[in-house]
Amino acid sequence: MSETGFLDGKVPTGPIHERWTSHKFNMKLVNPANKRRYEIIVVGTGLAGAAAAASLGELGYNVKVFTFHDSPRRAHSIAAQGGINAAKNYKNDGDSVYRLFYDTVKGGDFRAREGNVHRLAEVSVDIIDQCAGQGVPFAREYSGLLDNRSFGGAQVSRTFYARGQTGQQLLLGAYQALARQIRAGSCTLYNRTEMLDLVVKDGAARGIVVRDLLTGEVSSHSAHAVVVASGGYSNVFYLSTNALGSNTTATWRAHKRGALFANPCYTQIHPTCIPASDDFQSKLTLMSESLRNDGRIWVPKKPDDTRSPDQIPEADRDYYLERRYPAFGNLVPRDVASRNAKTQVDEGRGVGPIKNGVYLDFSDAINRVGPKVIKERYDNLFEMYERITDEDPYKVPMRIYPAVHYTMGGLWVDYNLMSNIPGLYVIGEANFSDHGANRLGASALMQGLADGYFVLPYTIGDYLAGMLGEKPLDPADPAFKQSEAEIADQVNRLLAMRGKHTVDQLYRKMGVDVMWTKCGMGRNATGLTEAISDIRAIREEFWSDLNIADQSQTMNQSLEKAMRVADFMDLAELMCTDALHREESCGGHFREEYQTPDGEALRNDDQFAYVGAWEWTGESGQQKLHKEELAFENVKLAQRSYK
Amino acid sequence: MATTTPARGSQSSARGLVRPTFSQPRRRLPYPFGLYQTAVGKKWVMGVTGIMMMGFVLVHMIGNLHMYEGPAKYNEYAEALRTVGGALMPREGVLWALRLGLLGAAALHIHSAATLTIINRRSRPLAYQSPRDYSAANFASRTMRATGIIVLLFVIFHLLDLTWGVFLGEDYITGDVYNNVTRSLSSLPIALLYLLANIALAVHLFHGAWSMFQSLGWNSPQFNQARRVFAAAFAGLILVGNLSFPILNLTGVVSQDSRTTPCVAEGGEETRICLGVNE
Amino acid sequence: MRITLKVWRQDGPTAPGSFETYDVPGVSPDMSFLEMLDVVNDRLTLDGKRPIVFEHDCREGICGSCGMMINGVPHGPERGTATCQLHMRKFHDGDQIVVEPWRSAAFPVIRDVAVDRSAFDRIIEAGGYISTPTGAAPDANLTLIPKPVADAAMDAAACIGCGACVAACPNSAAQLFTSAKLAHLNLLPQGQAERWARTEAMVETMEEFFGSCTNHGECREACPKEISLDFIAMMNRDYVKSKRKNRKLLSQIR
Ligand SMILES: Cc1cc2nc3c(=O)[nH]c(=O)nc-3n(C[C@H](O)[C@H](O)[C@H](O)COP(=O)(O)OP(=O)(O)OC[C@H]3O[C@@H](n4cnc5c(N)ncnc54)[C@H](O)[C@@H]3O)c2cc1C
Ligand code: HEM
Ligand code: SF4
Ligand code: FES
Repeated sequence: MSETGFLDGKVPTGPIHERWTSHKFNMKLVNPANKRRYEIIVVGTGLAGAAAAASLGELGYNVKVFTFHDSPRRAHSIAAQGGINAAKNYKNDGDSVYRLFYDTVKGGDFRAREGNVHRLAEVSVDIIDQCAGQGVPFAREYSGLLDNRSFGGAQVSRTFYARGQTGQQLLLGAYQALARQIRAGSCTLYNRTEMLDLVVKDGAARGIVVRDLLTGEVSSHSAHAVVVASGGYSNVFYLSTNALGSNTTATWRAHKRGALFANPCYTQIHPTCIPASDDFQSKLTLMSESLRNDGRIWVPKKPDDTRSPDQIPEADRDYYLERRYPAFGNLVPRDVASRNAKTQVDEGRGVGPIKNGVYLDFSDAINRVGPKVIKERYDNLFEMYERITDEDPYKVPMRIYPAVHYTMGGLWVDYNLMSNIPGLYVIGEANFSDHGANRLGASALMQGLADGYFVLPYTIGDYLAGMLGEKPLDPADPAFKQSEAEIADQVNRLLAMRGKHTVDQLYRKMGVDVMWTKCGMGRNATGLTEAISDIRAIREEFWSDLNIADQSQTMNQSLEKAMRVADFMDLAELMCTDALHREESCGGHFREEYQTPDGEALRNDDQFAYVGAWEWTGESGQQKLHKEELAFENVKLAQRSYK
Repeated sequence: MATTTPARGSQSSARGLVRPTFSQPRRRLPYPFGLYQTAVGKKWVMGVTGIMMMGFVLVHMIGNLHMYEGPAKYNEYAEALRTVGGALMPREGVLWALRLGLLGAAALHIHSAATLTIINRRSRPLAYQSPRDYSAANFASRTMRATGIIVLLFVIFHLLDLTWGVFLGEDYITGDVYNNVTRSLSSLPIALLYLLANIALAVHLFHGAWSMFQSLGWNSPQFNQARRVFAAAFAGLILVGNLSFPILNLTGVVSQDSRTTPCVAEGGEETRICLGVNE
Repeated sequence: MRITLKVWRQDGPTAPGSFETYDVPGVSPDMSFLEMLDVVNDRLTLDGKRPIVFEHDCREGICGSCGMMINGVPHGPERGTATCQLHMRKFHDGDQIVVEPWRSAAFPVIRDVAVDRSAFDRIIEAGGYISTPTGAAPDANLTLIPKPVADAAMDAAACIGCGACVAACPNSAAQLFTSAKLAHLNLLPQGQAERWARTEAMVETMEEFFGSCTNHGECREACPKEISLDFIAMMNRDYVKSKRKNRKLLSQIR
């Protein structure tokens, strides 16, 4: 690990609320007639990718869209439940662009760029208009006006939602807009096609190399600019709430071609997920946070208490959140709730067949307001819980446990969403930009759509305008051919091993046994150092003793997964390196050595108020650190407290 | 990689293994005929023609109840049918119009049924290789084609038998409907045929009279519950009514010999013939 | 639990396929159906055999990737549940479970039980959208939408595009899928301008790929989101109307 000079985030200067407006005016424009002369590649069709591709297509650019899914509509964004924030102030409860900006910077534990966050809050308003215009069936009140709810501990009601399926409805809106452009011919969709490399030549991104998942064919696509919108990397932990296909391959391979990877250690843990039931568990299911409004969290006071919950008298129960945080009680922020649950389970007071959860008990609420009201509020969640666990939460307390949910880190981008490689743009969860060290509930959907609909389409023009008349690099160029050959090599190497372990065996070992245990909710120097050597050992095993029984090139899911896991292994090491270097606790990064006497996160603003962006130097574990200094001119640095 | 292959005509640039099984008509006929070029339109036509035939079946059943009033009333009803429209229309004019309408309806209904069946077969060239377990499709809905064909064959037989008298031979008397019906129905094989055909018809209607609401897009939360009830009641009514004829004939409750009155009360040729026979 | 798994194995779209039977011991009732297949696949791999290809992603019943015939029923025996949400406790020790891909001319088999459902995308591309270019929308509260209308549109929009309706239909018809999207957009005030053009285009594209509806209602039984048959009635009505309306609309151009 070594360090170099400071990175320039290219944030415009001036009063915070005028920056985006004046920046938009100062950027170069591409003449409408010239737009069709440009080729743009978009990788990913989640909220960010689909929104960007559709908007760019509408503007008249030639867009090629890639997804490894069979249809754009399957992207992981479809699973978001809770809602999307916007500073509409429809409730007249004192919300404003500035308040959303302020909450996001503070919620991110002062590790985000002020300029970006303010822009996000500004365009949040347009997103709701845009989506409603597309026919997203947001919840309505009887008046016919849009309904809002308060979410994730916010003091104002600014969250728009469509039942428990907000992500689905927003994604379908973006997908449909993209479908319209596909029909119009401005966007070309390459579904079931996975990006496996970024091609950089003469200092700029020139195109990508992809593998057709149906035929196994590897081919090249060139363009004037490449937009990566490939989502987050929570699946590095093997078990997370993310869809099983979510992966880091696109971002990681771009990283290996020179793109900086920023703040990889910032991971968000969601406190209310259904605990794993056995070793075969393949993913964890999120239960909406709103459950904490009525449920009381407790564990038996005695470790290894085997009585069933109804046999445990009040006196033998520990309502630990209410006890420790009398003001916020069960509604403390995500990271606090998560860490406390972990402590209880680590100390042997976990509940359930494999002692890996805490109770979320609704009996008091049911006694207070009656089962009917509880049913109205949570019926679909209770039903989902029962489907998975076969237990009825009206009778037996729910069991919950935290799970990895979101990754704030990602490829480094400047204010224009361009990475340090000219022509490579990164949007959505794939970039690191707006959430700092911790994301507020209902803000990821907002960010993905802001990037895709309202930021990238402007900023990319500024770059493209300077390229008028340039032809994209020939896909037969040696730069492409060399990359194609490297991919073919990797495929052959993986297939040829025929060793003793399946992909999942090693993946689980790395994700659960190493990453979750040592780089999960709580981290410390010893654990992280161990983790790094564990990961190296597993990687060694992976590259020498892997068994992919299916030797074919056509739809070969083990091979696809192996290539993704290979990248996760490298990323895991970088996450630990980053976590080790960041000697402070902030947001989703909790170093056990750095906490207040009451166990709260202890930031170190003097030394760590920067973005840590890592540069690949040719070998895993040898990345070089670049820093981008963060300045807080509008929101004053302060310690969070929920006592 | 497989370069983008146009999927829908040249409309979509997206990839997929799938190719259309059916092509859109090269030329769309003008409204409303263009409707019949589409499957949804054909289903709509089936619904409309189904209703026409249901109307016929109902009226036909009710009309036949006159049988229980004896030959005079029965033949009177038959005569009345021929003179619907009174002096305004030529004799049998309206009847023929109705007949042609029904014939057209039946033809369209059958043609749609046949063409849609072909489409449905082609939509799943390889059937499930393991046993299916249906949960909503019932006997009626899955045997529409069979029951339809049984009804069709029966109608042909029925016309040959009672309209043209092909099977009754000597016994067939043009115009003496009562005679023809009772003679025909008192034969066991023929009565059984009626039984079978009418059960088939009722089964067909049990699904059809519900299904048509869907095909025609007549739905509203207020009466959706009633659609099933209506279909069952309609099918039941037709079944009971139509089955009573062969059963009561077979058991002798209604019979050729029970006639005591002249078959047609008022003058005219039929009356003479009919009375002559009764001598 | 110990079960016998009989799975359709087919190497490629044009390869012949057949059932293969596997003995699967050690199944936990808390496993999801797909986790059971994961276990089978790991064992197959270790035996040097090709694992079963099946599609899946979110594993929480929302992405619509998963889906197969399980004992002759799309998505298996639990109503309103996608394959990934089905758990092994719905089966008994000693059961034989037969798994087959969706079958339809419009859903060619890719490999084993994975099929290509891009015909659905063709239907959406034909008109399953409201044309609102980015930036063109008015304030969201400018258009009032009565709550019942918004709720009904949401009911229809809940479709996950899994294809179970087509798989379940004896005619391999896609009426439930198409009508759900049409109802979603046609019910909303924003969708009115394109209502008739959209209906005509989507229905006619649907008919290029799929069979015709005979109102069995199997689709609704199989649908993991329990989409209502009423939307099909609504589509039929709108389609017939669209023919007239579109003619009228066109006749206004002189
Ligand atoms: C269970 C759950 C609930 C959530 N709820 C909320 C919520 O209520 N509110 C909120 O604001 N946020 C929520 N989030 C977070 C939010 O859903 C995500 O952060 C967001 O949807 C990410 O969108 P995206 O467009 O960046 O990426 P994704 O939706 O992950 O899309 C990634 C796309 O990239 C493609 N792709 C990836 N790699 C490649 C490759 N190598 N080649 C080709 N294509 C590739 C994929 O096919 C996919 O199309 C939730 C997340 C989870 C897990
Ligand atoms: C003559 C031979 C007949 C054939 C071959 C036939 C065939 C069919 C078929 C295949 C269907 C569609 C099945 C379905 O929707 O599941 C159908 C529907 C129907 N049939 Fe028939 N049928 C015949 C006669 C009749 C008669 C005599 C009646 C009325 C008394 C009738 C009334 C209906 C009705 C009401 C429907 C429902 C239409 C709809 O869903 O829109 N049919 N018929
Ligand atoms: S209508 Fe139901 S069964 Fe059909 S695709 Fe949609 S969710 Fe699946
Ligand atoms: S895997 Fe997403 S719906 Fe089943």
